[in-house]
Amino acid sequence: MWTGDTWFVLSNLVQKDFKIRYRNMSLGMLWSVLNPLVMMSVLTFVWTQVLKTGTMSEYAINVLCGLVPFNFFAISWVTGTNSLVENAGLIKRVLVPREIVPVASVLSNCLHLFVQVGLVLLLVVAVGRGVNRYWLLLPFIWIFAIFFICGLALACAALNVYVRDMRYVVESSTTVLFWLVPIVYPFSMIPPKFHPLYDYNPLAALIMAMRNILVETRAPAESLLLKLGGVSVFMFLFGWIFFKAMKRRFYEFL
Amino acid sequence: MSVIELKAVTKTFPHHTERMLLRKHIVHWFSRVKVEPFYALREISFSIERGESLAIVGHNGAGKSTLLSLIAGVAQPTVGSVHVDGRVSALLELGSGFHPDLTGAENLILNASLMGMNRKEVVAKYDQIIDFTGLGDFINEPLRTYSTGMMMRLAFSVAIHADPQIVILDEVLAVGDAEFQAKCRAAINAMRTEGRTLLFVSHAAADVRRMCDRAVWLDHGRLMMHGPVAEVIDAYEGRVAAQIAQ
Repeated sequence: MWTGDTWFVLSNLVQKDFKIRYRNMSLGMLWSVLNPLVMMSVLTFVWTQVLKTGTMSEYAINVLCGLVPFNFFAISWVTGTNSLVENAGLIKRVLVPREIVPVASVLSNCLHLFVQVGLVLLLVVAVGRGVNRYWLLLPFIWIFAIFFICGLALACAALNVYVRDMRYVVESSTTVLFWLVPIVYPFSMIPPKFHPLYDYNPLAALIMAMRNILVETRAPAESLLLKLGGVSVFMFLFGWIFFKAMKRRFYEFL
Repeated sequence: MSVIELKAVTKTFPHHTERMLLRKHIVHWFSRVKVEPFYALREISFSIERGESLAIVGHNGAGKSTLLSLIAGVAQPTVGSVHVDGRVSALLELGSGFHPDLTGAENLILNASLMGMNRKEVVAKYDQIIDFTGLGDFINEPLRTYSTGMMMRLAFSVAIHADPQIVILDEVLAVGDAEFQAKCRAAINAMRTEGRTLLFVSHAAADVRRMCDRAVWLDHGRLMMHGPVAEVIDAYEGRVAAQIAQ
C-alpha cells in the first residue's frame, strides 16, 4: 500500500524534468521562445511570400496561435507515451502510484507552454489587437486541453508497455496531425462536409478558440467550448480507467 | 502478529524476450501456440512476525528479487495473495529513481518522496539524512560524479530515515566501505531493537547470520526451507558445497 504524499512526488518529478532539461541547455528558456518563432517565420515566409496568401502580420499571429498548442500537444503526447518505458527503473522498484509518471511528464511541459503562450499574447498586443475580456477564458481552455493530453498520455503510455511500437505510431501521428489540424491554414478553408470531423478534435478546438479570442477578439462559440470540455473530461476518464486496467502487469513487461 | 503474510504465491513471467513488438504480438495471436510461462515463484507460503529479521538465500535466479518485489508491492502475484502491514522502505536496487544530472541533495528529496515521505518529514529530517551519508560537500555535486559506494550511502540514508515498519535490503551493503558498512549495521540493529521488520538478501553469509534471526531458502522458485537462520544457512551451504564438489 502506498502511503506517501502523491502531490509531493508529482511536484518533485515535474521539478526533476525542468531541472534536467534546462541544466543541459546553455540558453535555457530562450529555446522555448526561439523554436516557435523560427517556425512562425518560416511558415509566414512560405505562405505570404512564396504562395502569396494574406498579409504577413495577420498570418504570423494566426500561425503562432496554431503552433503553440500543436507543439505542446505533440511534445506532451510523445514524452507521455514514452514515460513509463523510460522510467521502468522507477516503476519496477518504487511503489509510487504509476499514474504519476505519465501525468508528471505532461505537466513538465507546462513551463514551456506558459512561456510560449506569453509570447503569443505579446505578439498579439504588438500587432495592435489589444487585451479583451475573453482572455479570461484562456486558462480554462488550456486546463481542459491539459486534461485531455493527460488522458491521452495515460492510455498511450500503458499501451506502449505492452506494444513498444506505440511510440512510433504516436510520433508519426503528430506529423499527420500537423497537416490535418488548421495550423498553417484557417478553419474556414476546410470544406464544410469535413467540419464534423474537426469538431471533436480537441487540438483543433483549442486552436480555433485561441484564434477566436486573440485574433478575432470574440468569444469562441459555446458549442465549441462544450465539445472541448466534454471530450477532454471523457478522454481523461478513459485514460485513467484504461491505465488502471493495464497497470497490473506492468512489472512483467517493463 | 504477522506483518507480512504470503499465501500460496505463484508468480509467472511471460517468455517475452522479443514479444513486445507489434509483429510478435500478431504472430503470437495467430499461432495459437500456448507459450509456457516462466515460473519465478511456485506456491510460496510463509509469514513474518513484527520485529523479525528474515534473510532470503538462494542461487542467482532463484526468485529472491521477485519475492522482494511482491512484498514491496511493485509486482502483483499471479496466483495467491500477499498481505503487508505498514510502510515498506525497499532498497531493491541501488538508486532507483536517482538521476545522474541532479545533485545529491536534489536526488535526496526526490527519492525521499518516492519512498513515501511527505514534505514535512523531508524538511524535518533533511540535515539528519545528509549527516548520515557522510558525503560532506559532495551532496551538492551532480550524482554522475559519485562512486557506487557514495550512491549507496545516499540511497541507504534515505531508506532508513523514511520511518519504515519494514525495510527491504537487496544486496546493497556490499558496495559500501568498511566504515559505512559498520554504520549501516548499527542502524539496522537499532531498527531491529525498535521492533521494525527487516528483509535481507545477501551472499555474505557472515552478515546474514549476524543480522537475521530467521531465513528462507529459495531454489528455482520453490521454498526449500524456512526456519532459524543458522539451520537454513547450514543446509543451504551444505547444498552449495555438494554442488561444487560434483
